[in-house]
Amino acid sequence: MAELPLSFQEIILRLQAYWGARGCAILQPYDMEVGAGTFHPATTLRALGSRPWAAAYVQPSRRPTDGRYGENPNRLQHYYQYQVLIKPSPPNLQELYLGSLEAIGIDTSLHDIRFVEDDWESPTLGAWGLGWEVWCDGMEVSQFTYFQQVGGHDCRPVSGELTYGLERLAMYVLGVAHVMDMPFNDPSSPIPLTYGDIFRQTEEEYSRHNFDAADTERLFRHFEDAEKECRRLLDNEDLDPRTGKRIVMAHPAYDQCIKASHLFNLLDARGVISVTERQAYIGRVRALAKLCADAFVRTEAGGHTESAAA
Amino acid sequence: MADLLIELLSEEIPARMQPKAAEDLRKLMTDGLVEAGLTYVHAMAFATPRRLTLAVEGLTEESRAVREERKGPRTDAPEAAIQGFLRATGLTLDRLEKRADKKAEVYFAVLEKPGRAAAAIVAEVLERVIRDFPWPKSMRWGSGSLRWVRPLQGVLCLLVREDGAEVVPFEIDGLVATNTTRGHRFHAPQGVSVTSFEDYEQKLTRAHVVLRSDERRDRIRHDAATLAFAQGLEIVEDEGLLTEVAGLVEWPVTLMGRIEEQFLGLPPEVLQTSMKEHQKFFSVRNPATGRIEGFVTVANIETADHGATILAGNAKVLRARLSDARFFWENDLRVATSGMEEWKERLKSVTFHNKLGSQWERIERIAALAREIAPHVGADPDLAAEAATVAKLDLRSSMVGEFPELQGLMGRYYADAAGLPAEVAAAAEEHYSPLGPNDAVPTAPVSVAVALADKIDTLTGFWAIDEKPTGSKDPFALRRAALGVIRLLLGNGLRLRLEDVIEDAYHTYAVEWAKSYRLRRHAPMFDEPGQPEVVTDFFRGDAEKGDIFQGVEFVVDWLRKNLSLLTDPASMASHDPIYGEFARTGDFTASVLEFFHDRLKVHLRDQGIRHDVIDACLAMPGNDDLVLLVRRAEALAAFLKTEDGENLLQGFKRAANLLAQAEAKDGVEYSFGADPKWSEYDEERALFAALDAAEARIRPAMAAEDFQGAMSALAALRAPIDAFFTVAQINTDNQVIRRNRLNLLSRIRRLCLEVADLTRVEG
Repeated sequence: MAELPLSFQEIILRLQAYWGARGCAILQPYDMEVGAGTFHPATTLRALGSRPWAAAYVQPSRRPTDGRYGENPNRLQHYYQYQVLIKPSPPNLQELYLGSLEAIGIDTSLHDIRFVEDDWESPTLGAWGLGWEVWCDGMEVSQFTYFQQVGGHDCRPVSGELTYGLERLAMYVLGVAHVMDMPFNDPSSPIPLTYGDIFRQTEEEYSRHNFDAADTERLFRHFEDAEKECRRLLDNEDLDPRTGKRIVMAHPAYDQCIKASHLFNLLDARGVISVTERQAYIGRVRALAKLCADAFVRTEAGGHTESAAA
Repeated sequence: MADLLIELLSEEIPARMQPKAAEDLRKLMTDGLVEAGLTYVHAMAFATPRRLTLAVEGLTEESRAVREERKGPRTDAPEAAIQGFLRATGLTLDRLEKRADKKAEVYFAVLEKPGRAAAAIVAEVLERVIRDFPWPKSMRWGSGSLRWVRPLQGVLCLLVREDGAEVVPFEIDGLVATNTTRGHRFHAPQGVSVTSFEDYEQKLTRAHVVLRSDERRDRIRHDAATLAFAQGLEIVEDEGLLTEVAGLVEWPVTLMGRIEEQFLGLPPEVLQTSMKEHQKFFSVRNPATGRIEGFVTVANIETADHGATILAGNAKVLRARLSDARFFWENDLRVATSGMEEWKERLKSVTFHNKLGSQWERIERIAALAREIAPHVGADPDLAAEAATVAKLDLRSSMVGEFPELQGLMGRYYADAAGLPAEVAAAAEEHYSPLGPNDAVPTAPVSVAVALADKIDTLTGFWAIDEKPTGSKDPFALRRAALGVIRLLLGNGLRLRLEDVIEDAYHTYAVEWAKSYRLRRHAPMFDEPGQPEVVTDFFRGDAEKGDIFQGVEFVVDWLRKNLSLLTDPASMASHDPIYGEFARTGDFTASVLEFFHDRLKVHLRDQGIRHDVIDACLAMPGNDDLVLLVRRAEALAAFLKTEDGENLLQGFKRAANLLAQAEAKDGVEYSFGADPKWSEYDEERALFAALDAAEARIRPAMAAEDFQGAMSALAALRAPIDAFFTVAQINTDNQVIRRNRLNLLSRIRRLCLEVADLTRVEG
């Protein structure tokens, strides 16, 4: 049994080391506002097509409706997810996952680890899979999913996806009751920093922004813009006139899809989308995600080959 | 004879799917084995979170050889026919036998299928069962194409005989059958090899796996009760939760903890729901106080610290959950005690249905309707309207947002907290009832008024926008709503003219639509304010086709009283008009009522009243008063079960048939003028007297809605009618006597029809 980690960042570093040692490419966060690690193109798009893939990364994620002005012990509008995606899913993925818990100091002979049915579905991504939420002593610490469909496409081969809610997991491992009290770096550092030192103020600022201040007119407009831009990019011919190469702009288009999704989340937090409209907006984002998935499988990374196309 | 043991080891199987999966495995495998020619003595199946297991005892070693003879074409038949027979049997010509058959010589094929060994059959059936297993949801994994509920990890397949066990040669998508399994994920992850079912179950127990789900259930039930009892507490029974939890563990270890003092003030239902939904905890009650004071959680592991770490972790999660719940509760109480305005406001922006307005508009309609209904159900109209206004506000409370199943109940708590009258608070909880056929029917008048208004508003609205149930589709649960109304009325014996209530409900919609319509079509024409008629022309359909909106007078009248709507420019900017979306034909009420009648028939049929008996009563006036209708039907059903009733029905039918024939032949209606002076027989005179006497009893009885009295008066007619038919011939040559007798028959017909439309009764 390894020594217990001392800080939030040590848990992240241990996960990085663990999955790196098991052959995952350790990627960096995607540089856009997303609701969950799944939105990173390294998951959404790479789960598509026939090419093998193994990646792990931290993804800062935003859920505007979850803002609590930094007061709630475990609810945040900005938080971190740790994401692992391996395609095809290896037969020992459960054991690998349990190994990662050991690596961050969870002794599986002392805790009650359970795989409880939880089928994952992302209506905005047109994606679903079967799997579990993983419980540690009654607390959900991860989501474990075998992707069956993304963007309306069947996943072949199937990717195994692991998502760790980092704050909650770390609070449990470190024995902290309030997220803002959690040591971010080693408490014996010359300048010890807690999670609250870094994020309490921003939680306040963004909570106010998300619930009351964000300009909804502008958000609506930007949503429309992102939607249009996504479609426009994909309407371009595959052949790039400048280089004479076949360049499908799947990723730039997908960026617009991510934008639309986040703008929708903000509008939702502002409470200006009614229940019936909500479904319509989700449907619009899903339509974009589907177009992007369609485009990605026409790219090389998506498994496209000239011979197959011919 | 051999025993068969199969185990399909996989990643964790959802608890809710385990019982059916075990049963499916047993049935599909044994059916397949029997179909392939094997027999067996006994089969049992088991499920744990990680395995499905089948144990078959006394399986035969091989299938019987089968010999089948098939008759083919004549030997002189065309070549094509013979070739076809050869293809069908898979034989060549030299293998066919020629036999004499009646006049000709005929080919016979003798097909012999040798017996097959059990192992080969097991492998074949198992492959089919795995590939076609009826999981509610299944998945692929890795690069394979096999589907299972979660990745399949191992197949154990043994044929066990006295001289030892044989691994059945079997492979599916790279998984090869063995004689080994694995124990508990953490206690005994290493392989275990087994030689028989007894050996398998014993070794699993040693490897911390309880194979039988009822044993896991019993263990949890027993341990939980013991833990609670030791502290003077008791478990709140929850069989559904027990079954689920038993499907989440292979080695149940029961642990009990206390709920912190700071949460004990939460309503017990909130504690129970939160613990059950989020944590799958059992609630532990203090029998002395009735409060929920503890919880029981079931772990899947024994630990060195006897579960201390696990319990502490669970308690911590519970604290976070209950902190949330308390936050919701306190926040909601604040809103409740300050008049619930915040919830009203927020319901205005929640769409009920895009053609039927917002939730708040819906509530206003229900309140208006509840006020109308109240006097009929013995409720105070103001209280009923107030209750309807409050009843659904909890939909916007934080607690119901988190736990939708607490809707209504929280409404009651919040109404109480707001100091509203007890009847109003009760209505918040009770007005959703009855939800199912077995749900209790509210009896408090205010609750009943709101419950009726809620359901009738829903029915009327969806009927008006033509969202009626079709076949198995009933997305807005209108059948349930109609049955709810029926049970509310019958259960409380409420006399109500449904047509009036449906019309009231429809008028409320009509006014809303009239407003929307005006704003679209006539806004520019309002130089002449105060002309309500122009507003309603949209409701005037094609009068010649009977397509006339039945609420038109009402709307005109209503607009006269609310002229400001026609003149106030502020009301111009309204939401989108909805012209053309709505049913506006005159038979709207009748159509809704017919739906009620259909549901009533289903309801009464379940209670043993025949549909034709109901039809006989539906044809009578006042059929929108369901209580009256049912009383009539019950009396008639009881009457028809008696000998008198059955015979009277025959007498009535005979009379009616004779009359109908005569009327058709003569082209006149016989309905008046029977006179005893033309009687030839005593029996005829006696019938006149009996009819007079029955009439004198039946009319007042009907007026007093005494159906039993009326039926017993009818019963008295049975003997005189029978006697009359025995002696008297109707169609005699004497036209005066014939006419008189036909007119006499018409009295029978008329009198019977005053009680119920007996022409609709079968038999």
